[in-house]
Amino acid sequence: MKIKITFWRVVFAVIMVLGLYSTYVRYLHGLGAVSNMTDQFPWGLWIGFDCLCGVMLAAGGFCMVGAVYLFNVESLHGVVKPAVLTAFLGYLLFIVGLLFDLGRPWFIWHQLIYRNPHSVMFEVGFCVMTYTTVLFFEFLPNVFERFNLQGGIKWIKRIYPVLIVLGILLSTLHQSSLGSLYLIMPSKLHPFWYTPALPFFFFGSAVAVGLAMTIFESTQSAKALGRELELSVLVRLGGALLVALWVNALLRVEDFYHRGVLGQIFKPSYEAYFLWLELLLAFVIPITMLSFKKVRLSPGGLYLAAVISLLGFVTNRLNISLIGFEEYVGHHYVPKWTEFMVTLMIIAIGFALFRLAVQYLPIFPEHGHGEPKPGIQHDAPVFGKAAVLSHAND
Amino acid sequence: MSKALLYDATLCIGCKQCEQGCAEENKLPYDDKIAAQAFQSEKKFTCVLTKDDKFMRRLCMHCEKPACASVCPVGALHKTKEGPVAYDVWKCIGCRYCMVACPFNQPKYEWGALNPRVRKCIMCPNRLAAGKATACAEICPTGATKFGEREELLQEAKDRIKQNPSNYVGHIYGEHEVGGTSVLILSKLEPEAFGYPLSAKIGERAMPEYTEVVMEKIPDFIPVWTLVLGGIYWISHRRDEVAEVEAKEKQNGGKQ
Repeated sequence: MKIKITFWRVVFAVIMVLGLYSTYVRYLHGLGAVSNMTDQFPWGLWIGFDCLCGVMLAAGGFCMVGAVYLFNVESLHGVVKPAVLTAFLGYLLFIVGLLFDLGRPWFIWHQLIYRNPHSVMFEVGFCVMTYTTVLFFEFLPNVFERFNLQGGIKWIKRIYPVLIVLGILLSTLHQSSLGSLYLIMPSKLHPFWYTPALPFFFFGSAVAVGLAMTIFESTQSAKALGRELELSVLVRLGGALLVALWVNALLRVEDFYHRGVLGQIFKPSYEAYFLWLELLLAFVIPITMLSFKKVRLSPGGLYLAAVISLLGFVTNRLNISLIGFEEYVGHHYVPKWTEFMVTLMIIAIGFALFRLAVQYLPIFPEHGHGEPKPGIQHDAPVFGKAAVLSHAND
Repeated sequence: MSKALLYDATLCIGCKQCEQGCAEENKLPYDDKIAAQAFQSEKKFTCVLTKDDKFMRRLCMHCEKPACASVCPVGALHKTKEGPVAYDVWKCIGCRYCMVACPFNQPKYEWGALNPRVRKCIMCPNRLAAGKATACAEICPTGATKFGEREELLQEAKDRIKQNPSNYVGHIYGEHEVGGTSVLILSKLEPEAFGYPLSAKIGERAMPEYTEVVMEKIPDFIPVWTLVLGGIYWISHRRDEVAEVEAKEKQNGGKQ
């Protein structure tokens, strides 16, 4: 067997080697050796990116399931499966990320027996566990189809309404609760980001990200498989994304105004720069782009607008979890290179698994689960996506 | 009635015997190097700070309604009715939410350990059970740290301010901060000057209430949202269902 060496495969291999070294440091020398986390900064990149952004970027699953199965939007049917796959992988990798971040990951099961119902963290943990199970069942038909197990498909179809309602309920709860995590720190989190409305913003942005992520991931996988994506699907998602961005943006402005920080956000400061970056990427640029019909009708334009807004919402989560605490702590937190490597490794594994699933399971029904057309696989696609997402860390 | 500590900074002579007593009680290493550290760590639960000729102690405040206990997903931290905020290391999964949530930044972490613990002052539970004062209060040569019932200590603190108003800032730090704490501080210089959070910034509202506002709505939210989602599903699939029912009726009709 010969494995062709391509640029992205080399990048993947390098990330894996350095990531495995970081894993070794994490489990044999402890959190202090592998990260720049301290008593002043007990939560770092792994909570900020792997957990907050990971769950947010997996929101496409419940958004598309909601659109297609709850609201019966038939035209989006083709993107549900890849969205559910992305979500399923996203949550699995979130749990992997958690195993790195928890100081005593071997006791993670304590969540099941020592429950503290007052804790937001408990609620998030419980919802994520249950929702990952729901996603597993939503993903299962792909496997049944692959091996032609009609009984299984029928069985899943029967419980599907329950899965759909349960999945959206759990997503609403934990997407918003990730924001509630920060409600107890009014004296620590910078006023640009601390607001009693945090749970609403986390849920609202998850919906926008769900739409943007679906545009991103269906475009990418279509490219990787060498097939054309139906433009009408993308246009529809783009239109919905524009509305979601407007709603999010207006609510944010209203919140700034309501809390009396609207004047402050225009004064240059360390926090203001990061807020501007966030607002520019999440709202100003993509909304401006999508307001042009020409952009809204072109696959490239939609893709670019979606990616920019994704970067904006990633900045938002990092601002809330990292930048927003620096003024209080009094110094900066810069993740150690080993922290970055663990995060990159998890992302790379995610893309590799996605690629494998798309290749061997009937994720795109019209294409079947056969081998991809020869001559299409040649360069970037395999891990090309890893590069796009890895920039999110910068 | 719950136990508490009253620390009167005006009586403190900065001898750091409380640090040493604390280290001995909790089996922590204590030497000149650690004594010289002007900050708390996983090896130093209490710390005497110096500013000119004034002193200030830092330790876990043992809040009446602690943020750490409310955020802990597994209930590893909890407020005992005796007063201390206790820590059950077995339950802990190491999420460090307590550290992020604590308004006084008291929980510290064993970053170098492979099975790390959260460390903080736990108010000498063994000594309390035996009816004794905390190690720091017992060892204090001037009575700057005094152990007793919270209500009584609060009254004593008020009396001290009344008797000698020029000696104190006129505010008992911990009486109302974050809903009250079991460590009360009297001083000439505001505790904020030694790194304590500003009273105005942390407020008098108990920290857990900030999340309770949201958490208490969840039990109502779940059935309502499930009904809404189920309703949407039902309405948008009405046509399919009708067709299915009709087909079934036809089948049943055929059988009868």
